[in-house]
Amino acid sequence: MNGNRHPLFMPLIFVGGLIFGFGLGFSHMARPEVVLNFLQFTDFGLLFVMGGAAVVTGIAFALVPRLLERAPLTGDTYGRRLKSFDRNVLIGGGIFGVGWGLSGICPGAAYASLGVGNVTILWALAGMFVGAYLQGYWRSQRAGSTAPASAD
Amino acid sequence: MVTELFAPALYETLFPAGISRYAVGGLLVGLGAVVIYLGTGIPAGASTFLESTLSYVSDQSRFQRYRASRDWRIVFTLGIVAGAAVYALTFQSGLVSSGLYESGTTGELREVGGFTLWLTDVQPWRLFLGGILVGIGTRIGKGCTSGHGVCGVGSASKTSIVGVVTFLIVAIGTAQVVMALGVSP
Repeated sequence: MNGNRHPLFMPLIFVGGLIFGFGLGFSHMARPEVVLNFLQFTDFGLLFVMGGAAVVTGIAFALVPRLLERAPLTGDTYGRRLKSFDRNVLIGGGIFGVGWGLSGICPGAAYASLGVGNVTILWALAGMFVGAYLQGYWRSQRAGSTAPASAD
Repeated sequence: MVTELFAPALYETLFPAGISRYAVGGLLVGLGAVVIYLGTGIPAGASTFLESTLSYVSDQSRFQRYRASRDWRIVFTLGIVAGAAVYALTFQSGLVSSGLYESGTTGELREVGGFTLWLTDVQPWRLFLGGILVGIGTRIGKGCTSGHGVCGVGSASKTSIVGVVTFLIVAIGTAQVVMALGVSP
């Protein structure tokens, strides 16, 4: 995959991230307080952020595969984001929920929060790397000792 | 308008900051994901960056499996930071305004060289401990608010819908407990 990418691949990823991050800033999702206000039922605006975003991706993910054969910058066919279901979805979702409810911050919003000037969010980013490392280390060790590993 | 669907008092209670900044921001978040999808076929999420970036410093197999995507995931994340910075230099700093944008009263604003930075009042221990759990949970649970919430729900994926319902319910319960215990900010 590396080496022979289309020259516009990286610029397009950056522009997509730019729009994505601007949206997180504009919607105040980069502010943990506003996310906590939703979770504590004092401002339900977050529903419009997640809903608005999912409507846009929903339309695109349904239409684009019918209109175009392959993605111009990768030559890949268009698929949907489908992941297999197992109890990890519930366990991981539950752990994420506790962290999100405690801090009011999720990964994309944390990156955006840094962009709006919130250096305090480095605490959350450091925590996310620590957490991702802990689970990755644990799961790598387990996969190594009890092959064959479950595919997920 | 959506405003007219509710009694004014109820609308004010549910949406004290209005809905336009949320809806417009959400549409842009979706548009950003669609731009990448349209060009590359990739339905991107934000949390894989954590593990793919760890592959630069750790040989663990869980991280090495993301080697192929680790460079563009850094670019995606830098784009998110830059996009939020563009918002901060325009709307947050008051250089650009719109009837669709409500500025809000949360956190602390700090003026630096004509621009307005925003800083959270949420305590560092909550951010750090919460961050650890977010790092563990999003990776075990196969996605976060963007991967499951935006791209997965947009794909009508049952796994993602179950994931979103799970983390939403648990997060609401947690935030309510935190509030009941008097932890603030």
